Formats: sequence, structure tokens, C-alpha cells
Amino acid sequence: MSVAILRKGEYFIASIQSDLSDTEVLALRDDLIERVGRFRALGIVVDVSALDVIDSFAARALRSIALAAKLRGARTVIVGIQPDVAVAIVQFRLNLDPLRTALDLDEALALLELRPERKPADGR
Amino acid sequence: MEGEIRVGIGTDADLVIARAEGRAMAQRLGFRRPDPTLIATAISELARNLVMHVGHGEIIMRPIVEDRRSGVLVIVRDEGPGIADVGAALRLGHASRGGLGLGLPGARRLMDEFEIDSQPGKGTTVTMRKWRLRDDLERLREKRQQRG
Amino acid sequence: MNQNQPVPSLQQSAAEASLLHELVEYLRENRGDLREQWARRITDAELLSVMTADEIFSEVTAVYDNYVDALETGSVETLQAYARELSERIIRRGVETHEVLGIVLLLRDVLGRSLLDNYEEDRDLLRRILDAYEPAANRIAATVGVSFVEERERVIREQQEAIRELSTPVLQVRDRLLISPIIGAVDSDRARQLTEQLLGAIQANRARVVVLDITGVASVDEAVANHLVQTVEAARLMGARAVITGLSSKIAQTIVDLGVDLGMLNTVGDLQGGLEEAERMLGHRDADVEPTESSIES
Repeated sequence: MSVAILRKGEYFIASIQSDLSDTEVLALRDDLIERVGRFRALGIVVDVSALDVIDSFAARALRSIALAAKLRGARTVIVGIQPDVAVAIVQFRLNLDPLRTALDLDEALALLELRPERKPADGR
Repeated sequence: MEGEIRVGIGTDADLVIARAEGRAMAQRLGFRRPDPTLIATAISELARNLVMHVGHGEIIMRPIVEDRRSGVLVIVRDEGPGIADVGAALRLGHASRGGLGLGLPGARRLMDEFEIDSQPGKGTTVTMRKWRLRDDLERLREKRQQRG
Repeated sequence: MNQNQPVPSLQQSAAEASLLHELVEYLRENRGDLREQWARRITDAELLSVMTADEIFSEVTAVYDNYVDALETGSVETLQAYARELSERIIRRGVETHEVLGIVLLLRDVLGRSLLDNYEEDRDLLRRILDAYEPAANRIAATVGVSFVEERERVIREQQEAIRELSTPVLQVRDRLLISPIIGAVDSDRARQLTEQLLGAIQANRARVVVLDITGVASVDEAVANHLVQTVEAARLMGARAVITGLSSKIAQTIVDLGVDLGMLNTVGDLQGGLEEAERMLGHRDADVEPTESSIES
């Protein structure tokens, strides 16, 4: 199994264990979208720290997870993008919107705890 | 001396092999971070073009050495229908949805040199290179080795 | 027997092999005396002056034995490994290239003269012994000299790397907060290193906010400005927000010329303000906040 998906309260956490083929990426996307619909989850966390490469295909799949989840009122956070992968995404000019990113699982869950409709406090 | 690596591309599982081989070769050739990742990403992108648009093809990776710099040469070729308007493909990505998309312009930005030779009905060859500088010590070592 | 051609390796004909064998026996028998002569001439020539007499004698012994072994086996590998290891030790103490070449040539002189004295009554044998000895000795001298130079270049490169790292420090101010003060000229190579160090530090320290203080950077070219913007973006993808402080009006203009919206970068006038902004971002745990208004001080 290349992806471990576990449920934690109102959230699904998908932990990618190794590089994925396109077929596996699409299976993960469909699986997550289906689960969000079925369990009315509020959020999805996808841990991509095991991915050495995020190209346009993987980026598009991650975005479609986020877009589909958003339609069902859930938010998606990507955690663990490796430094070199982050540089590659930027140079490639891949668009990850509306994906949120966080450093690790704790950060991602904290981010999801913030209500989406809450206007961010601005000190200025 | 590092040899040539050829990866036949037919299924999406071959993409996984191609990018792992590309990354490993870049590391063996002394590329520093983040370059092995950039090279692997460009290879992945072009390998997918093969799978999606042509069905099969081949990727050839080869070390290139000059006096002041060295690098890796990646050739991605197929015998597919060819790209009608290479200029447009490079500027915008391909017209077809979900296809080349961002692929070509993005991969091009990750590499130092990028050329497409496409002949309608005959196939397409993408040639890309990435370079790194060689310092004096490295050049000295190599000259000694050549002398034996 | 070919006397005039360069010798491709220490491997020789049977006749030469027996000569080399005789030579090796001779050098082993006279080890104590030759070794002392060599050490004395090194001290007289004031080579290796940073080392004590005992240290010199112990290195001399090791090199001498390796030298004779290399003559015997025809393989310089062990000697080469020892020469590298020795070089690494003495380079850090300030031993110079001319000293190392000097001592190797002195050994050649000491041994050559000793052979001359020993075989002077049989000139033909002497000539053949020297024919066998000289190319081997030259090759050994070159091996030791080149090992030293290569080792020296490696040490220098390491030091350059260390200096470059020091020139782009990434410091942890408190939990989850990094600051990187950048001072001086930033070229593409340094910018690349900065990116690598900063992103690596974000991962290692689980940093949520990084303050990039570029007060000490007067201007950058477009490539470096682009690199800076890309680094901020890459940090964001990793889950960390960047605050840029001390942006000069000149660099701000370069960034604008690239077509980058300065509003995308979280810029604060000075380092103090940047740290306050960073604390605020950490305190509110509001990674949701859109980039705040930029305020640029020139």
C-alpha cells in the first residue's frame, strides 16, 4: 500500500508512503473525494513528504482533491513538501491554489481548526 | 565514466522509473541541490507526454562533459504524430486539455537548454540539457586520471 | 632493457625486478641511517618548521617505509593514501607546498647519494640500479606532491564552503521563528546557497515564520531578485511565511521590474518591525492571513 488513509475526528489524513504512479495518484484522488462525500469530513490532510517529484499531473490531482472537497465544505491542506520539490514547483510555475500548505501534521490540523469563514485577525 | 541510460516508456509505471533514474544519474554526476529534483521533474513531465499523447517512446540520459562544465543530456523521443505548432506548444502548452498543458514551458524552465524537433507523421524529439560548473580540482583530477 | 623511454609503471622486466629487489634490500638494511640523514637534512633546510623534531622523525619513518614498500610492490596506492592523510594533518598546521616538495626531493637526494657511495666501485651496476631507481623515485615524488596539492585544494574548497555558509547564517530566534540576515553582495551562486540553507532550516526547525533581513544588501540583479521572490514562494509552499525587512528602494524597483507584485511579499521597513510582525503572525497562529500590506522604507 503506497498511501495510508486514516480518519481522525472530522478529518481524513492521507499519508503517501512512496513515489506514486499516475494511476495511484488518481486512485488516491478518487478515494479521498469519495470519502469526504460519504463521511461529511471537514478537512483533508495530504502528507506528500515521501514525494521526490511533484509535476503538473500530481499538482493537478492535488488541486482537484481540494476543489472537490471545497464543494462539499471541506478544506485540504498539503503537508511536508520537500525543499527541493518546493523550488521545482515554483520554477515550473505550477499553480497549487486553492491548496493550503503546512509544515507538518500538527500545523495542518491547527490550520483546519480555524473556521474557514472566520476573517483573519489583522493587527494592522 | 558514467554510461548512458535508456528507459523505454510505455506505461505510467515507467514514469516512476524514468524520474528515479534521472535523479540518481544527476546525483552521481555531482549536481547539487535542488538540481536533481528539477531534472527528475522535467523528465517526468516529458515522459508523461509520451504516455498520454503517443503511447510509447524512449528516454535517453547521458553525461556530457566540457572543459569548464559538465552536465546531463536528456533525449525524449517518440514516433508519434508530431506537434503541429512547436512554437505554440512551447509558449502556451498544448491546446488539448489535460495533455501537454503546462508541461513543455514548465519543463523548459527547469532545464538550461531545451529543443524540440518535430516532424508531422514521423515523431518528436525533445533534447534538453542541464549544466553545472566544474572547478579546478575536478579538472585536475580528471587530467591525472586520463594520463593514467 | 629500455633505458631511455619513460616508464609507464613500476612493473619492470625480470632483470629490473631483481635490481629493484636488491635496491629494496639495501634500503631496508640501511633504514636507520638513511632515515636519520633525511630527517637531519629536513631540519637543516628549515622545512616543516611548524613541527617538532620528534614529529618529523615519526612522519619520516612512516614515509620512508611506505616509500620502500612502493618501490617493492610497484603500487603507489598505500603511499598515496598515507600522503593524503599526512597532508590533511599538516595542511591545517600551515605546511606549504614547497616544503612538501622539498622533503620528497631531499629523500631522493639522500637515497641517490647513498646508492652512489655504495656502488661506486661497480659503475655498470650503479648505472643499472639508478636506471631502475630514478623513474620509480620520480613517480613516487610526483604522487606525494600531487596528493598534497589535491588535498590542499580540497581543504581550501571546504573552507570556502564554510565561509559561504557563514555569510548566509540562518538563526533560530525562538521556537518556529528563524531570522536570516544577509550582508554584502549576493550573486546567483550565493542566492542559490541561501535558498538551500533557508529551506533546509525551515524543515529542520519546523519554522513557521522566517525573517529575511536584507538591510545589508544594496542592490541585486534581476536573476537574484527573482531568486529571492522564488525562495519566499518556496518557503510558503513548505508552510512557512517569510517577512522581508530592510528592502532598499533599489531592490524594490528591481523586483517590480520583474513584474512581481510587491504586495505578494510581506515587507516590513526594519528588522525590529519585522520581528514584531513575525511574533504577531506566530501569536495569532493565523497562517490564513493574506499577505499584509507592504510598507517599504527606502
